[in-house]
Formats: sequence, C-alpha cells, structure tokens
Amino acid sequence: MKLTIKDVEHVAKLARLKFTGKEIEELTSQLDSIISYIEKMNELDTSQVEPTSHVIDMKNVFRPDEVGESLPREDTLKNAPVQENGFFKVPKIIE
Amino acid sequence: MALYNKTIWELRALLDKKEISPSELLSSVMERISSVDGKVKAYVTVLEDYAKRQIKNGIPQGLLSGIPIALKDNMCLKGERTTCSSKILSNFYPPYDATITKKLIGAGALICGKTNLDEFAMGSSTENSAFHTTRNPWNIERAPGGSSGGSAASVSADECIAALGSDTGGSIRQPASFCGIVGLKPTYGAVSRYGLVAFASSLDQIGPMTKDVRDCAIMMNVISAYDPSDSTSVPFDRPDYSSGLTGDLKGMKVGVPKEYFIKGLDGEVEANVRLAIKKLEERGAELIEISLPHTDYAISTYYILATAEASSNLARYDGVKYGYRTEKAEDLIDMYSKTRAEGFGGEVKRRIMLGTYALSSGYYDAYYRKAQKVRTLIKQDFDNAFKAVDVIATPTAPTTAFKIGEKASDPLQMYLSDIFTISANLGGVPALSMPCGFDGKGLPVGFQIIGKHFDEVNVLRTAYAAEEALGIKDRKPEI
Repeated sequence: MKLTIKDVEHVAKLARLKFTGKEIEELTSQLDSIISYIEKMNELDTSQVEPTSHVIDMKNVFRPDEVGESLPREDTLKNAPVQENGFFKVPKIIE
Repeated sequence: MALYNKTIWELRALLDKKEISPSELLSSVMERISSVDGKVKAYVTVLEDYAKRQIKNGIPQGLLSGIPIALKDNMCLKGERTTCSSKILSNFYPPYDATITKKLIGAGALICGKTNLDEFAMGSSTENSAFHTTRNPWNIERAPGGSSGGSAASVSADECIAALGSDTGGSIRQPASFCGIVGLKPTYGAVSRYGLVAFASSLDQIGPMTKDVRDCAIMMNVISAYDPSDSTSVPFDRPDYSSGLTGDLKGMKVGVPKEYFIKGLDGEVEANVRLAIKKLEERGAELIEISLPHTDYAISTYYILATAEASSNLARYDGVKYGYRTEKAEDLIDMYSKTRAEGFGGEVKRRIMLGTYALSSGYYDAYYRKAQKVRTLIKQDFDNAFKAVDVIATPTAPTTAFKIGEKASDPLQMYLSDIFTISANLGGVPALSMPCGFDGKGLPVGFQIIGKHFDEVNVLRTAYAAEEALGIKDRKPEI
C-alpha cells in the first residue's frame, strides 16, 4: 500500500470534505488500488511528448468588451440557502 | 401501434398532415410513463404541466414541433428543478435555460421530463443516483448503464420520443448499448455545453439518444450549433446531418482496431459485432484492420484527467449561492466541509478525492501532466488511423447489461466497463452506439462507430446502413 491514511486525511482537507475514521480507511484502500491501476501510464516513455489540454486546435477565445444581459438580482438569490438584504449570508468569518 | 412507440420522423409526418395533434401525442407519452415508469424509474421529474403550458402558449414551427423530448437532469431548464441526481442540488431551480434547451424549445420540442443519472454523471449504472436506481427495460434486474441511464431507459421503454444525454467517458454510448437504442457523442465543440452542469470540461459533450439513426440525425440538425456562450464551441458551417442516410457504403473505408477485440470481450458481444461489421462490407464498405496502440492506457488517463477537472468544477458546491447547506456549522470552513460531506454521495466524493490528490503539490507532474501527455498519444492514434480509414467500428462495451449491484462495491471494476468508450472522449472524436443484435439472455448488444473530428455525417451514414442491413430496430422490450 503506497497511500497512507495521513495522505488521505490531508487530501480531504484540501478538498473541503469530511469523513469518519471508518470511511477514511475504506477510501484509503480504494484510492490505493485505483492509483496502482493508474500507474500503468508509467510504462510509457512520454519525455518527448507534448501534453494535450484541448483536443480541438483553438487559441484564446475573445469577445468584444460590451455589456450584455445579466440576471436580475432576485433571480440569482432565489436558490440561496440563506440570504439577507440582497446578499448571500454565511457564518461569521471575522471576530 | 401506439403513438409513443413511434420515431420522430414518423410522428413528424402524422403531425404535419394533422392526423394527430401535439396534445394527443403528449397524452400518449404521459400514459406510457404512468403505466411503466413505476418499474423502470427513468425519470427524476415528469414535466406534464410544463409541456401542456408549451402547447397552450403556442409551439414554434420546427423539426421537433410537438415532439416530447426528455432531458438528462444535468441540463438546465429555467424554473424547473435540475438536480444532477444529487442531494446537493436537490432543491436547485435554474434561473436560465441551457443553450440546448433553448434549441429544442425553439425547434418546437415539448420538454416532457428530466431523467435520472449517476450523481453528477459519475458512474456507469445510475446506481449512484441520490434518488433511485433506474432499471433496464429489457430486464429490470439489470442496470440501464450510465451515467445517462434514465435517458436511455426512457427512450427504450418509449417513455419519450427521444432524449438528450451527456457523455464524458461513455455516458451516452454505454447506456445506449445496454438499452438497445442509438446514442451519439458528437465531436468535442459541436454542441454547446452552456447550461450543462460541468463534470470534466475537456471531455463533456451533449448528444442525442434516439430510437433510430434517422432520429439521431434530426436531433443533431437541431442541437449542433456554434454558441458564443460556450468558449469551447467551434464555429463552422454545420452540414445536414441527414445527408448521408442512403444505406450505401460504396467507397467507405472502415477500420477494425485489433485492440478492441481482446480477452474480456464477451463472446456473444464479439459475434454480434463481427456480424455487424460484415454487414458494412455487404453494403460496399472496405474493411481494414488497424491498430490504436495506446487503447490500453485510456482508462488510467481518463480517471486522472476527469477526476482532476471534476475536483475543480465541483468546488463551487459550498452551500453559499445555491444548493444544499448543512444545518450545523461552527464557522465558514466547517460549513463548506460539512455541506459537501452531507451533500455529495460516495462516488462523487471518491472522485473529488482522486482528482484533488492528482493535482496536489508534489503529484501534479506524476499524474496530471503525465495523463495529459498520454492523452496526446491516444489522440495521435486516432489521427494516424484516420489517414487510412473513414470510420472505425468496435464494440461499445465489453458485455451486455450487468446486474444491478454486481459492480457497485468495486469502483475499479465499474470503471473498466468504460474501456471501449473512453478513448473517443480523450481524442474528442464523434462516436455512436447502436444495437446490432441480442445475446442469449435477450439483452441488446451495442455496436460503436467512431469518426473523424466533425465528420458525424459519415458516422451516421455507416450507422444507417448497418441499421437497414441488420433489420432489428423494431424489436422492443416487453415491460
């Protein structure tokens, strides 16, 4: 096993997720077996290969800097779990 | 034959001649849903009132006027719940329409419902839906495939006339294969994803799921268009996607890649696919054995790139602007973490974790960068193959529909069921699945046709000829 419980706890923190101790154990073993499979990629020598991030040959896509339509404020707030006075409300972050 | 059994093009003729009305057709589909969806469970939301309102307000004239179409529930429909089959979006009502929703409505389609999927389109069976598992209409003990399993099952069970799905690693084609329908993943950039809930942005593509090849071409004529709202949308003159439906393949070169006929491919699947390939030859195509040497690395590459992109795309679900929020948070960070822990299901969390790991400091080059380089090799495989052939013919999946629960406990086994579909996403090429026969259990076998970038016309040409020659498209499941 290459992946440790500590690694997985660290990644959970980065990903803003929470797990129980039992879940972390199970996840560690599942991720470890998936990663072992994925390391099959290392059979290939890719030192001379360029990476692909976009399959269709496109460069930056620009548009004119013009004001378009936007959603009314009420519509954007409609789905908010908590809102107040036209703002999204979150727990206090400054003491 | 009931109206709900029919195809778009058959209904188009009846509607245009005024032999039937859109209301009659909608009622027929709604009755069908009432009678079978309790067993199939294809839908998350049935939109009878929405569709009736469309009729009342006047339907635009177009290719789909009066035709009931279902949307996978990861596509935004203004004012109607769009859940992604996730608890975290279970109460989300989009304030806008996706571009493809506008295209369908503009062409006169009646939106008859939102179909079930694996949560955030992550899965191959719909078992990862937070709400319920969809059943395969050919055998309700079996999975419909995924992630567009609800769309595939609804088309197969005649609970809509056609549907849209989305395909990141096979999510249109594998369920189309399992449910015995036609499903096309268009070329990356052909169809706008604006308003599609993002999973892996360099791979996601929306496409049609239909009862036959002609309907698939009609749907492409509606949804394939340049969209300035999606910066990956490609501007070019769209062809008439129906233009190749002649049944004749004279002059076509069909590649058969040896890497797709391997150990692990079910014998009955292979026999049916080989028969379909022979039919292409009978229709005038020349068969050429080819090699796609990096096929074996597709799954590894995919599960790094797709999860890395997903971990970034799904960072937006934090309980602030929309969606579920935990009730018991101590501070802001705790609110984020608990919201996400409670709102996402197991597979989504597993993929966010894998993707975050692959992008994390110290691992980026070993995993993400490496996968992007292997992607180049996989894309070059296609570039090289298409110097010699016009289309490539393969099985869609290594087996027919597996049993519900059979792979649910082993994520890696589930991932391996996408082995033949993932490469097309990595290469950005169009690929279609169509039924080509049945195994001994009466389950449909899927036949995949892969084409060059933006050459859906020849993919559809090949599929249409195969469909005509095979003569099995009218076979329906008994539900």
